[in-house]
Amino acid sequence: MSNNNLSVISLVSIGEHPTSRRPRRAEQDARAIELGIKLVGDNLQTLHAGKLSDDPSQQTALRSYLGMGLSEIHLLEMSENADAVLVIAEYLKQQKIDIILTGVRAENGESSGMLPYLLAEQLGMAMVTSIAEILSIDEVNQQAEVLQALPRGQRRKLKIDLPFIASVDMAAAMPRQSAFGPAMRGQFEATQAATVTDQESSGWQVADAKKRPKRLKIIKAKTAADRFKAATAKASGGGGKVVHGVEESAQAILDLLVEEGLV
Amino acid sequence: MSSSEFLSQFLFTLISFAILLTLVGAVKRMLLWSQGQSSTIHWLGLLQIPRRYLVDLHHVVARDKYMSNTHVATAGGFVLSSILIILLYVFQLKLQILTWALLGSSLLMFVGSIFVMIRRRNPPPNLSLGKWQRLPKSLMVFSLSFFILTLPATGILPSDTGGWLLAVLLVAGIIWGIGEMFFGMTWGGPMKHAFAGALHLGLHRRQERFGNGQSTGLKAIDLSAKKLGVEKPIDFKWNQLLSFDACVECGRCENNCPAFAAGQPLNPKKLIQDMVIGMAGGDDAKFAGSPYPGIKVGTHKGGAIIPIVNVLVESDTLWSCTTCRACVDACPMMIEHVDAIVDMRRFETMEKGQTPGKGSEILENLSATDNPNGFDPSSRMNWAADQNLTVFGHDEKKQEVTEADVLLWIGDAAFDMRNQRTLRAIIKLLRAADVNFAVLGDAEFDSGDLARRLGDEATFQRLATSNISTMNKYQFKTIVTADPHAFHCIKNEYVEFGGNYNVMHHTGFFADLVTENKLLLDNSKELALTYHDPCYLGRYNGEYDAPRFLLESMGVKIKEMDRSKSTARCCGGGGGAPVTDIPGKQRIPDMRMADVVETKAEIVAVACPQCNLMLEGVVEPRPEVKDIAELMLDALIEGGIENTGEGVVVNMVGAQL
Ligand code: SF4
Ligand code: SF4
Repeated sequence: MSNNNLSVISLVSIGEHPTSRRPRRAEQDARAIELGIKLVGDNLQTLHAGKLSDDPSQQTALRSYLGMGLSEIHLLEMSENADAVLVIAEYLKQQKIDIILTGVRAENGESSGMLPYLLAEQLGMAMVTSIAEILSIDEVNQQAEVLQALPRGQRRKLKIDLPFIASVDMAAAMPRQSAFGPAMRGQFEATQAATVTDQESSGWQVADAKKRPKRLKIIKAKTAADRFKAATAKASGGGGKVVHGVEESAQAILDLLVEEGLV
Repeated sequence: MSSSEFLSQFLFTLISFAILLTLVGAVKRMLLWSQGQSSTIHWLGLLQIPRRYLVDLHHVVARDKYMSNTHVATAGGFVLSSILIILLYVFQLKLQILTWALLGSSLLMFVGSIFVMIRRRNPPPNLSLGKWQRLPKSLMVFSLSFFILTLPATGILPSDTGGWLLAVLLVAGIIWGIGEMFFGMTWGGPMKHAFAGALHLGLHRRQERFGNGQSTGLKAIDLSAKKLGVEKPIDFKWNQLLSFDACVECGRCENNCPAFAAGQPLNPKKLIQDMVIGMAGGDDAKFAGSPYPGIKVGTHKGGAIIPIVNVLVESDTLWSCTTCRACVDACPMMIEHVDAIVDMRRFETMEKGQTPGKGSEILENLSATDNPNGFDPSSRMNWAADQNLTVFGHDEKKQEVTEADVLLWIGDAAFDMRNQRTLRAIIKLLRAADVNFAVLGDAEFDSGDLARRLGDEATFQRLATSNISTMNKYQFKTIVTADPHAFHCIKNEYVEFGGNYNVMHHTGFFADLVTENKLLLDNSKELALTYHDPCYLGRYNGEYDAPRFLLESMGVKIKEMDRSKSTARCCGGGGGAPVTDIPGKQRIPDMRMADVVETKAEIVAVACPQCNLMLEGVVEPRPEVKDIAELMLDALIEGGIENTGEGVVVNMVGAQL
């Protein structure tokens, strides 16, 4: 695809490895970059809201996006308690952007997955969630065709007007390997961001999330082989179905609640 | 003017002219090498060339007795003849003794060339054809011409024998002979190997290799350099470029390469020749040896400032290598194939981010969790929950220690159920011998072996320096490990980062304990058993005896495989080959298991967790795979009392404790 006139920006955050909890390139953000590079190559802009940390492991994590072949990452320097949404929105309002790519949710911090929605609201753009691919862009009609990832491998083709925000799903193409050399040599371009303190979160209390209760799988296996099969088998997914229409959907939810003895 | 006077004058002119052209060629060749990056010049090594040629090189050549005798006669005869020819015809020293000596030396060379000719009648596939088929004829013409030329001068034949006819024939023969042997030496003929080879022996990048020494650790690179690894031929060190020119295309590397045998697209000999093509510029159409399996010869070209990968050499070629070092060990010219391959991999990984297969995932895991499979780093010791191990540390409440005789390096076997069995056996054996040991626990990281061989020097250096700073917090005398890769890394590759340790492989350590009678082994085992040498224990570290000693201490008579010790075939597990997983015609571990089956052994003893996994991965029915530690545990006479499982048999009689 040659989309030379297209202005695409991807927002990146510092991720966190699920077991070691070390900073790393966030998996969805990296997929957003991969998608962006495939779309516009070197013209992809990359934005990170935050200062360059003194902590080398945080730096390395951010640099690993550069290792994918970006020449620079734009840093919007803001204070710890600033509201990233407003800071980013403030910045983006001044640019002419066609497509904004983000992950579905951050790997640490609030991790609410709200950022793309709030940004869309601030910028008055359309928002499409969990995309797996951008299929084509029609620059004349200012429209894009994207593939949205739905559960169980389903995809939905959507047409969406430019400019828009898209959050990139894990179902998107695997991000390319990050190479050490370019990661070390890539540049950070920092600008001081508008100071907008996050009023809301200052009053919050933060507690560790409790593990969600999980239904025990009751396995009546006689042999080791059966147990092994049961342990490794993927949920076969017989229960799920796609329901269309409001009535049917409501009925389905109600049925489930009744079945579970909740109403 | 008589024909003999004419010959003498003509020879003066011809030889002087040939020498001049040879010198011009030599300078041109040196300029090619000088395109490479700077590297220490070991001037003193030049003085060692004769010794290195006669001892170190011939040590390797002599594995093929026929060829070594042939080479002594031909090369010795040639070197001697050349000196005499120059003295006689250029400096015109008309001494009778020199004439007789030339007669003898050219005869010697002629005899040698006959044997070269015989060998080349039905050349095995590892030998190159083309210009190399011409060489025996040239050798013959050269030696025979000078032999006949010298006959009259010694007085055996009257001068002017044969008259002008013979003189013309001799002139033709001498032009051919000198053309090949002098001119060809520096202008890219087959004799180039003698010129470049001699210099390469003197200026070798790993001087420690000579005189029975060893130097097998990869060399570190500066991570702040503008370019990491080798992209183009000129990115190699100059002495690496020189080394490529030393290749004689003997194909011994090819014969020993497991990847080549498995039909993966790698042939170490072709790789070295491709490096020569890259350095000098051109295409590979004239290459007259075996191709990379599955890749047609004549389809690639290169140049000194043209990127190598996917232009001159396909990336799959680089990633097929298991870094088993069989090629390096077999190479009479002491060329370092593995260094070159890893140098190019470094560029692929660290500059292009193109590690194939599962490579990128594994490297990412190593960054995030310090183990290749991405397991929770705090679960590293879960396997030993029931082992009550002493851990190094400063927390006295947890009974951690800062001092022990032995640091037991666990390695990534900690995460692998099969190899945990070996670890348990080792712990039982250490306890039986009353060894005071402790482990690093969760503070131990992957040794960095895999990352380094996948070209990720940055991750290797991070892991190495972390491990070193962890270990330096504690006091211990010896590091013992069951993993030859960790053994090699810590012993030979941490040195460059300030880690100097006394490292032992468990087989070496246990061999000492058995010698000192601290471990008693039942030596009545009658096992049909063979032993597979791990590359990183054997070829990399020269340890062939300790494992065999242990097996023999159990009364085992090892059914050796044809390819054992320094020529042992790799299990296919090294160098990240299982990770990059380049397809071939067959799998390397299957071929190794076939070697095992040939010995009719029922058990194959291994001494490496990786070998264990590779060989156990071969489909059954196949011989059983057991680590030596497991076999030892089976044969252990605990406290002089052997538990046979059917009651306790006292076994103290005669046992010295
Ligand atoms: S190290 Fe082993 S696999 Fe690699 S080229 Fe040499 S012989 Fe072949
Ligand atoms: S690299 Fe060494 S072993 Fe291989 S063909 Fe050349 S000289 Fe022979």
